Amino acid sequence: MDEPTTSVSRRNFIKGVIAGGATASASGYLFRQNGVLAQRSAPGSVERLVTLNVNGQNRPVDIAHEETLAMTLRYKLGLTGTKLGCDRAECGACTVLVDGRTHYACSILTHMVRGREIKTVEGLEGPNGELHPVQQAVMDEAGFQCAFCAPGFIMSMVALVEDKPGFTRDEAAHALSGHICRCGDYNKILNSAMRAGEIARST
Amino acid sequence: MPVINDMIPEFDLFQPADVDGALELLAKHDDAWVLAGGLDTFDWFKDRAKRPDVVVDLGAIDQLRGIREQGDGYEIGALTPLSDIENHEAIKAKFPMLAQAAQAVATPQVRNQGTLGGNIVQDTRCWYYRGGWPCYRAGGNICYADTPTSMNREHCIFGASRCVAVSPSDSAPALVALDAMMVVRSRSGEREVPAADFFIGPSTDITRMTVLNGRELLVAIRIPSTFAGAHQYFEKVRDRNAWDFPLVNVAAAFKRNGATIEDARVAVGAVAPYPMRLEAVEAQLRGKNADEATGKSAGELAIKGAKPLRHNGYKLPLMRNLVMRAVRDAQSAQA
Ligand SMILES: Cc1cc2nc3c(=O)[nH]c(=O)nc-3n(C[C@H](O)[C@H](O)[C@H](O)COP(=O)(O)OP(=O)(O)OC[C@H]3O[C@@H](n4cnc5c(N)ncnc54)[C@H](O)[C@@H]3O)c2cc1C
Ligand code: FES
Ligand code: FES
Repeated sequence: MDEPTTSVSRRNFIKGVIAGGATASASGYLFRQNGVLAQRSAPGSVERLVTLNVNGQNRPVDIAHEETLAMTLRYKLGLTGTKLGCDRAECGACTVLVDGRTHYACSILTHMVRGREIKTVEGLEGPNGELHPVQQAVMDEAGFQCAFCAPGFIMSMVALVEDKPGFTRDEAAHALSGHICRCGDYNKILNSAMRAGEIARST
Repeated sequence: MPVINDMIPEFDLFQPADVDGALELLAKHDDAWVLAGGLDTFDWFKDRAKRPDVVVDLGAIDQLRGIREQGDGYEIGALTPLSDIENHEAIKAKFPMLAQAAQAVATPQVRNQGTLGGNIVQDTRCWYYRGGWPCYRAGGNICYADTPTSMNREHCIFGASRCVAVSPSDSAPALVALDAMMVVRSRSGEREVPAADFFIGPSTDITRMTVLNGRELLVAIRIPSTFAGAHQYFEKVRDRNAWDFPLVNVAAAFKRNGATIEDARVAVGAVAPYPMRLEAVEAQLRGKNADEATGKSAGELAIKGAKPLRHNGYKLPLMRNLVMRAVRDAQSAQA
């Protein structure tokens, strides 16, 4: 294995990454082949140590080349609101916003979203803890049953409310078609979406 | 194959800033994998069915993104996400079937990330092959999808040659029907390949779906004005209305003079290893009235020579009726 060349600033950066990564310890098994500094790195390939913009904060983090955004968010940054269901772009549980657009975090490499604005369900509430219209609507309508699918659906609703404030129920169904709810709560989820539209329009 | 919920095996990731940089990496590394949106790619990696050492992500090459007017047609950068195509006003007005085809792909999240180039170049979805079975397409010497006990409901009814997998793309038939040109770059320069010649079947090369040789990039798709604003039709039939790949899809464009069809293009996807242009049907349609009888005989002609497998006989009436509906739609939209 190549001995990495580390400069002082790089070493400090790494310390910051490790200190910030307490949540990663329980998931060490996932990264056994990809630990900090353990990976080979071909000349000219991308730098592993980067700063991500997540929920308006700059987060320094060490990212393996093959790491998905869902892995980084959950196991490196402790943002476990983003769920992993299928890990195959087939359920929607991991949906997050990248520059305002919905993406499956399980099926995008973290290195593909460097320098872009990432928003997860943890980033929705306002500075004083005010709920986002979509969060309020989901509470009002008791939109979910077990709610494992909720963070994903909520992120798609946020994108919908922001892009197309006057949406219809059909448009909401179309916008939410990239999600599966195993509890089959689709009607209440659509009620929540419609209510979110109302709240957003009235504020 | 079980679904594996852990990390993708290691690879070296490169993000070149321009096309030349990407081509250089492809020339240097024999097994380099081109990455666009990654939605075809990551399943391969997660299942360990493909394990390249080097991945070349095109994401930093901005000139590959965007929809531009060019001459009297349009040029779409290969890296343009499908949702940009689905929502583009000029594309919707002039080439509605391309916008509809883009919108028929998977789900909003997949379309926000999946690129037109990736949708065109994507590999087949035959699950024996994708599951890592050593079939002909994977370099082996058997087709697991064409044995007496195979599950081959999604496989082909035309164009089989040892391999019976289909082209799964929704955009491909629309691009064939629009006479699109694929702009291919290699280290020796740029060439344009007509969409109908870009896709190849197993009798040409059983390990590839397109003419790209692994050291070339699809950089753009040019759509001539030939059918701009002409009557167009796209329809996709699938099991669920989100996520699922086409069982059969049809894309058609018509130039009409009153009720008479002057010229037509009809292409069908998911019935052959390539999007299949129906030239005999087009020839039969020329000079005919777009009416019920013309639609019926076009549908019958379309499926002539089809060879269904054990579980996909339903694709014959499905393809016949979709072609008929495309022609019938040209009639109803005339009034
Ligand atoms: C759950 C799911 C459902 C889907 N449903 C559908 C569907 O209904 N209809 C449909 O058509 N597709 C469907 N797809 C496929 C998906 O739409 C396409 O895979 C997507 O458009 C591919 O684009 P990408 O940019 O993500 O591809 P990538 O995975 O990045 O690339 C796909 C392939 O093309 C190659 N490639 C990409 N760009 C270039 C280029 N510019 N030059 C040379 N080679 C290149 C890559 O090396 C790779 O082999 C689905 C995918 C998933 C995950
Ligand atoms: S976990 Fe990403 S779509 Fe299911
Ligand atoms: S509420 Fe249980 S999965 Fe949606």
